[in-house]
Amino acid sequence: MEQSYDTIADAAATPDQQMPFAELGLKPEEYERICGLLSRRPTNAELAMYSVMWSEHCSYKSSKKHLKEQFGAKTTDAMREHLLVGMGQNAGVVDIGDGWAVTFKVESHNHPSFVEPYQGAATGVGGIVRDIIAMGARPVAVMDQLRFGAVDHPDTARVVHGVVGGVGGYGNCLGLPNIGGEAEFDPSYQGNPLVNALCIGVMRHEDIHLANAEGVGNLVVLFGARTGGDGIGGASILASETFEEGMPTKRPSVQVGDPFMEKVLIECCLELFHAGVVEAIQDLGAAGISCATSELAANGGTGMHVDLEKVLLRDPTLTAGEILMSESQERMMAIVTPAQLDAFMAITTKWDVETAVIGEVTGDARLVIDHHGQRIVDVDPATVAIDSPVYDRPHARPTWQDDLVENGTGDLESVKSVEELMELIRRIALDPNEAGKGWITDQYDRFVRGNTALSQPDDAGVIRVDESTGRGIALSSDANGWYTKLNPYEGARQALAESYRNVCTVGAKPLAVTDCLNFGNPEDPDAMWQLVEAMKGLADGCQEMGIPVTGGNVSLYNSSGTVKGQPDSSINPTPVVGVLGVMEDVRKAAPSGFQREDSAVVLLGKTYEELDGSAWARIVHDHLGGVPPRVDLDEEMALGRVLLALHGAETGELGRVIESAHDLSSGGLAQALVEMTGNAGIGGAFDLRPLCDRDGIDSFTALFSESQARVLLEVPEGLLEVVYAAAAAEGIEALRIGTTGGELLAISPAETAGWSGSDTILFDVQELSSQSDSVLHGIFD
Amino acid sequence: MKIGVVTFPGTLDDDDAARAIRLAGADPVSLWHASDDLRAVDAVVLPGGFSYGDYLRCGAIAALAPVMNSVVSAANAGLPVLGICNGFQVLCESHLLPGALIRNSQQRFVCRDQDLVVVNNSTAWTRDFGENETITIPLKNGEGNFQATADAVAELEGEGRVVFRYAGLNPNGSMNDIAGITNARGNVVGLMPHPEHAVEAGFGVRSADGPRAGTDGLRFFTSVLTSTLAA
Repeated sequence: MEQSYDTIADAAATPDQQMPFAELGLKPEEYERICGLLSRRPTNAELAMYSVMWSEHCSYKSSKKHLKEQFGAKTTDAMREHLLVGMGQNAGVVDIGDGWAVTFKVESHNHPSFVEPYQGAATGVGGIVRDIIAMGARPVAVMDQLRFGAVDHPDTARVVHGVVGGVGGYGNCLGLPNIGGEAEFDPSYQGNPLVNALCIGVMRHEDIHLANAEGVGNLVVLFGARTGGDGIGGASILASETFEEGMPTKRPSVQVGDPFMEKVLIECCLELFHAGVVEAIQDLGAAGISCATSELAANGGTGMHVDLEKVLLRDPTLTAGEILMSESQERMMAIVTPAQLDAFMAITTKWDVETAVIGEVTGDARLVIDHHGQRIVDVDPATVAIDSPVYDRPHARPTWQDDLVENGTGDLESVKSVEELMELIRRIALDPNEAGKGWITDQYDRFVRGNTALSQPDDAGVIRVDESTGRGIALSSDANGWYTKLNPYEGARQALAESYRNVCTVGAKPLAVTDCLNFGNPEDPDAMWQLVEAMKGLADGCQEMGIPVTGGNVSLYNSSGTVKGQPDSSINPTPVVGVLGVMEDVRKAAPSGFQREDSAVVLLGKTYEELDGSAWARIVHDHLGGVPPRVDLDEEMALGRVLLALHGAETGELGRVIESAHDLSSGGLAQALVEMTGNAGIGGAFDLRPLCDRDGIDSFTALFSESQARVLLEVPEGLLEVVYAAAAAEGIEALRIGTTGGELLAISPAETAGWSGSDTILFDVQELSSQSDSVLHGIFD
Repeated sequence: MKIGVVTFPGTLDDDDAARAIRLAGADPVSLWHASDDLRAVDAVVLPGGFSYGDYLRCGAIAALAPVMNSVVSAANAGLPVLGICNGFQVLCESHLLPGALIRNSQQRFVCRDQDLVVVNNSTAWTRDFGENETITIPLKNGEGNFQATADAVAELEGEGRVVFRYAGLNPNGSMNDIAGITNARGNVVGLMPHPEHAVEAGFGVRSADGPRAGTDGLRFFTSVLTSTLAA
């Protein structure tokens, strides 16, 4: 088919030709800037490249200023102690000891997952896994952080089935265990589900690779799946203007994944790295070849010349612009020296991976792209990939924020009987947000690779890295959109605190952070304020805790309506924070369910009257307002030191101090007890009187407050004193609240004297746990 | 004692199978789908995964790989062969075992700690189990629903060739709760659940000793050692 080209010569000759920049999402001033950079109008292909690379998704133009001011400025040298590669590459890399390095990152695929839930979620997993491969690491596990609309909304089941099917379908087929994550429901995510995916990779220090195109004369090689017409998006606008009638209909804008191809790519890339026949590998994600070529060249400080007709196509009718912009999945771009090309091709041939040399690295700092000899791109790659616009968007505390904060839970009714407390415990435990997530996690393979020591529903996922020593890692991710809406600064710090606490609870030492900041429309000053506050909170928190953010993702425009400035204009601000920890022997990781009969149960930390934003307020009263629980990171770190001291304590024949452990979070002490008894089916008897006396609270507060920095421990009776001593050394409160055993969860409240009816809260553990497990089955089966 | 582990494109559990073989005291030998050389192994494991992306039908393309020509002839001559999950599907597609595995009855992938009854403990891969012993190993698949003609099932049952039955619950709709079967000679065994994921305390399945303490899978691999040494 004859193509007509808009070449750079054409662009120079027709400076006044109207270009459809607005249709591609560029602002007039952005278009002017492109013309200034090129000293002419852009060609069609160049305009397509700039429009995608300067989009919010690729350029972080609304958040870049704040990312730099917060994380850039607040990451100290001391925090970089374990950091081998920081922000800016495909993923950060952390030293976990013994020559091992771990790379991990969380990313969003929110918008595609609403349009086409299965493929959106599947390709979200695929994308983050390729980022990890590009660093030279073997991917070893995934996690998923999901947020859906109201559980009873007619559209929610469509999204849930598709997203869970997609995460599972892709991850299972790659052979990566899914070791944990989150799943929540809230009307604010209606029309705007959040699908975040996290991948962890492992390598030796010497295997780290950066995606930089270096070495003039080196070859640019595209390998993996063929390039097709999926995910072209904006480029089709250009195509429809430029080309003649009779072109095939444009395909849907959501990409389609092939996990089998990606599994083969993983093995193929690892073999290429290990054989030493590749200089750098970059994955192809958003903006496809445009992004990979410009980033490789810009990062390497080099130029690149590409002959686009050499790209292997799935659809021979694709135009030059479409080839450049296609987001076909499961493709990688490598930089290879000419001398190693044969060895490179031998390995890709062994894996039946199609491979094409499409260009070479040049020394002139220009990215030049030809199609059948027609020059359609000639740009400075840094202007595409790095020097994108930076906006200082207006941000201001929302006018409705004060009303929200003043509307606390103080006026809500209190509880006057054991029966009422029981009903509350049951209602919260069987709410879809608190109930067992087995319906979701049983669709994921948690066993593959044989290194999973802990996975959902434990506090953190734990994976062995070194089979000879048992050294490994723990990873937890958390976010509380309700707290963050009440106070974005504290909400982000709380997510960090909870994730950090979870990692310590299983017995790992926190080392580094990844984050996925899911926020609303940055052009709405309310949402922008939430984002800036949360970034400040997270950056301050990381500085206080001494652990760096190594990479992550910002997802904006999560707002399905067009009205700005209202409390419900955007999703609940959701800063997902993942904390990575290291443990010397993962076989010692503590599970979250009671393991033995007759163990002592100890509560670490103090309980305050903190019920605003709690599960109780939301589930029982449909109430969100007030001041979220106070976050004290010094206390969290002290608690973490107590946990790690106890996990590591040498007791000789007395065995381990911590048999099981579970942090207190959503739903408070009541929900933690429901989960600890339910997870392994061992009950217990608990007395709230000493706790209520010590902390000056009533039983209701003791059960449902969501005060931070608290953990429940199961401890052998004979080792209680060890726990008290370790806690005292760090100034952390420690109180025995009960004993494990039996088939019942029995809780004695403090106020029975003034109450009528029964004097003990009683649940059959097996019954409550199976009811909890069947909640999501009941809704989605 | 050398046990081969076949890798097809899309195989996922080959490293796990090799680890299980090592822990059982034998030497794993890697076998590549494109080669018909079995490298003088004493037994072969076809591990789980999604060979060729499950395109066409699970196991259908793998059954045509060069390595399978050799596996089929060697199995017919008595070589012990264990097919796990996708490996079981490959054995059915290769006609070493009867029947087929179709989509789970609940139409979803399922991953769980699964109880099984060892109905036949006289095969090459089950000698170290007690008769009618209940064991627990992981189950994880989307297409594990065993179906066969009424005649084929009657023959399997009549000849004692049902090796494992699901206990507690039937997780996928398999006929007669069948989780695994063997050939007439008892050297070829296929099953959907995954013994290679329950071989190491700390990384196995839930058991009375702890949440990941269960290692019942190890005895599949020690069984074949006893079988081949005896042979």
